[in-house]
Amino acid sequence: MKLTVKEELCSGCNVCRVVCALENFSVVRPSRALLQIKGNFPDPGTYNIAYCNQCGVCADVCLEEAISETDGEYNIDYNLCTQCMDCVDSCPFEVIIVNDSGYPAKCTGCGKCTEICPRAAVSAR
Amino acid sequence: MIMLNGYAGKNLKINVSSGECRVENTAPELAEKYLGGRGFVARLLYDGLEPGTDPLGEKNMVVVATGPLSGHLLPGSGKTHFGSLSPATGGYGDSNLGGHFGPALKYAGYDYMVIEGAAPKLSAIVIDNDQIRIVEYEELQGKGAIEAEKELKARLGEDYQIITIGPAGENKVVFSCISHDFGRQAGRCGIAAVMGSKNIKAVAVRGTKSIPVYNPAGAQKKGEEMYRVCFSKPGFKTWTPYGTASLTDWANEVGVFPTRNFQSSYAEFHKQINGQAIRDRLLVTEKGCFCCPTPCGKYGYAKTSVGNAYVEGPEYESIATLGGSCCLETIEEVAYANYVCDQLGLDTISAGVVASFALECFEKGVISANDVGKGISFGSLEDVVYLFEKIASRDGIGAVLAEGVRHAAGVFGQHSDHYAIQVKGLEWSGYECRNAPGMMLSYMTADVGAHHNRSWALGFDISQSDADVSALISAGTSGELPLSSPEGKVDHVISMQHSRPLFDALGICRLQTMEIGFETAHYEDVYELITGRKLSWPEMLEISERIWHLTRQFNAKHIDGFGRSADFPPRRLMEDPVTTGPNKGRFLKREILDKLLSEYYEKRGWDQNGIPTAETLERFGLEKV
Repeated sequence: MKLTVKEELCSGCNVCRVVCALENFSVVRPSRALLQIKGNFPDPGTYNIAYCNQCGVCADVCLEEAISETDGEYNIDYNLCTQCMDCVDSCPFEVIIVNDSGYPAKCTGCGKCTEICPRAAVSAR
Repeated sequence: MIMLNGYAGKNLKINVSSGECRVENTAPELAEKYLGGRGFVARLLYDGLEPGTDPLGEKNMVVVATGPLSGHLLPGSGKTHFGSLSPATGGYGDSNLGGHFGPALKYAGYDYMVIEGAAPKLSAIVIDNDQIRIVEYEELQGKGAIEAEKELKARLGEDYQIITIGPAGENKVVFSCISHDFGRQAGRCGIAAVMGSKNIKAVAVRGTKSIPVYNPAGAQKKGEEMYRVCFSKPGFKTWTPYGTASLTDWANEVGVFPTRNFQSSYAEFHKQINGQAIRDRLLVTEKGCFCCPTPCGKYGYAKTSVGNAYVEGPEYESIATLGGSCCLETIEEVAYANYVCDQLGLDTISAGVVASFALECFEKGVISANDVGKGISFGSLEDVVYLFEKIASRDGIGAVLAEGVRHAAGVFGQHSDHYAIQVKGLEWSGYECRNAPGMMLSYMTADVGAHHNRSWALGFDISQSDADVSALISAGTSGELPLSSPEGKVDHVISMQHSRPLFDALGICRLQTMEIGFETAHYEDVYELITGRKLSWPEMLEISERIWHLTRQFNAKHIDGFGRSADFPPRRLMEDPVTTGPNKGRFLKREILDKLLSEYYEKRGWDQNGIPTAETLERFGLEKV
C-alpha cells in the first residue's frame, strides 16, 4: 500500500506512530515508528507528516541491491543487507530507522496507520 | 524485580536543592492498591508530607504521575496527573492535563516523578531517558509559559515534551497553572506556584524506550477495536467538531452558565461565544492530545482591539468564567483573555472567577479606582487583561487577588465573602448550581475544592437520566425547566465521585466515556491485556473509593479544624435568587444542603463532621492513615 497524507487534517495525536511500532516491532514505543509527526506551534499552528511515499531513493543507493520494489512497495531483503545504512542516510524524509538488531527498517505498506487515523490524515493512495 | 506490565517500572525522585536524583522501582503494592495517576499522587503526598508543611516551602512536593494505561494504544491515553499540598486550599491538590507529556515520561522509563527541595536559581529539569540534569535557566525568568516552551524546544529539540510555568507561577500566584504543548494546562490548585517556589520553570522529557505489555498482540488488537467502536459512536461526529465548547448553548438553555460573577446562570450573548463561533471565527487546526480520536483542542487565532494571538481553545470552562462570569461578549475577546492567562500561567477558571469577583467588588464600591489603579467594569477585555497582569506580577491590588477570592474577600471585607465563589479556597468552575442540587453537592464535597471533574451530576439534575453529555446536548431542552429535586441525588454523586476520578488513576481521558458514550467494559479488557491483571470495573471503582477516603483524610490531616463547615458554598448560592434566565428566582437553601451533606456523610461512612470513621478506613485498608 502506498500512503498519502492530508496534513491539514492531522491533529497531532500520534496514534499512527503508536500502532506502527506495535505492528512492525511488537513494542509500545512510538520512537520506533516509521512515520513522524511534527507540530509547528505556537505559530502557525500546523502539522507536518513525514512518511514513506515509496520513492525508491533507498533502493537506488543500496549497493547490495537489498531493497527491491514489488507492486509499488520497496522492501528490504535482510539476507542481503550489510547494515551499511546508506538507505537510512539517503532517505529524503528521514523515515528509515535503525531497529534494535542494528538493521534498517522502513515502511512496509501495512496500512495500519491508515486504518486507525481518526481524521483520515493518512490514507491509502 | 517484579515485572509490572503496563507500567514503565521505575520512578524518579529529584531533590532540586541538592541535585540528588534517585531512580527506584515502582512498588507493585502501590500499583495494586492505587493504580496510578491520581492514586499515586494521593498516596505519595499523604505519606510524604507532615502536618504543618508550608505549601510554598521546600518540604512540599510536586508529584507528576502517569497511569497503567498512559502511553498505550487506546483512545485518550495521554493524561498526566500533578499533585501537591495546595497553596490555594492548604489541603489536597491535584490537577491533570492532556497532551503528550505523560506518555513521554513513561517512554523515558518512569511511572512518576517527585520533585522536592528548592533550586538555588531558576532551573529546568531535563530528562533524556536515563540522563537527568537540573539546568539553570535564569534567562527564562518572567517569560510566558508558551514562550518558554518554544525557547526550550528550540534549545533541546522538537522531540522533547515540556511542561512550563509562567510569571504567575514564578510569583507563586495560588491559582497559577502548569502549561504544556502550547495550550494544554494542569490548571487547578496552584501546583505551578509550588513549582515556582522550587525555582523550577520547566520539566523537559525525551523518552524513546518501550513500555512492557503482558500481551502485545492482544493489546494491539483490542486497542484497534476500541478505535473502531469510538468511530461508530454518534458522539464521534457530533462532539468532535466543537469539543467542550459544545456545552455552551446547552448550559444556557438549562440555566447553569455562570454569568456576571454568578449573579445569573444565563448569558444573553452566549451564541457569540459558543462552539460554532470558535469554528467560524477562530479555528486554525484541530489539536489532539496523545492518541485522542475526538480532539477537544481547537487551535485558533484571535484578533481584538487589545491584541491578536494564536491560542488553543477556549474550552468550555474558559468560556464560562471569562465569557460568562466576566461578561466578555465575543469569542475573540474570550480567546484573547484565554491567551493572556496561558502566557502568564494563570488557571483560566480561577482567574476568570477572581477577575469577576474584583469587577463586582468595584461595581459595589467595595474597592475603588484608587485601590485598583483604574476604573473597571464587566465586559471590558482591557480591564480583565489589566487585572490578570496585576495578579501575575503581584502588583498593587494584584497581590491581594493573587491569593484567590477567599483571601481577597477577607481583605476587602464588607460582606464580599457572600459572592466570593469558591469552596475550600478553590474558585468554582463553569456550572452554576442553584437548580442543580446534585451538582451543588459535587462541588461542596470535591476533595480539591469547587471543581467539576470529580462529579458532574449536572446532567442527572437536569434530565434525571444517566445519558452521556453528547446525548444531553443533542436532546436540548424544551419548555419550562422543572425544579430539580434533591431526592436521590446523593447516591448518584457518590457513584460519579468514584467513576470520573478512576480515569485519572488509570491515566486516560474520561471524555471518551462521559461525552462520547464509550462502554467501560472495554477498559476491563484492555487493562487485563496490557497488565496481565484481571480487574473488573467495580473492583477498579473500589480502588477509586479508597483514594476518595484517603484524600478526605489528607485534608483532615493538613487543614486545622477541617470538617463539615468546609463543605458549604458561598452564601450567594444559598440565599440570592438567580437574576435572569431559565432558573430565574431559584436558589438552594442552606437547610437543603445541610440535609444533603448529612445523608452524604452517612452513606460515605464518615462521621457527621465529615471525617472518615475508623471502620471505613479499615474497610479500605487505610487503617494506618
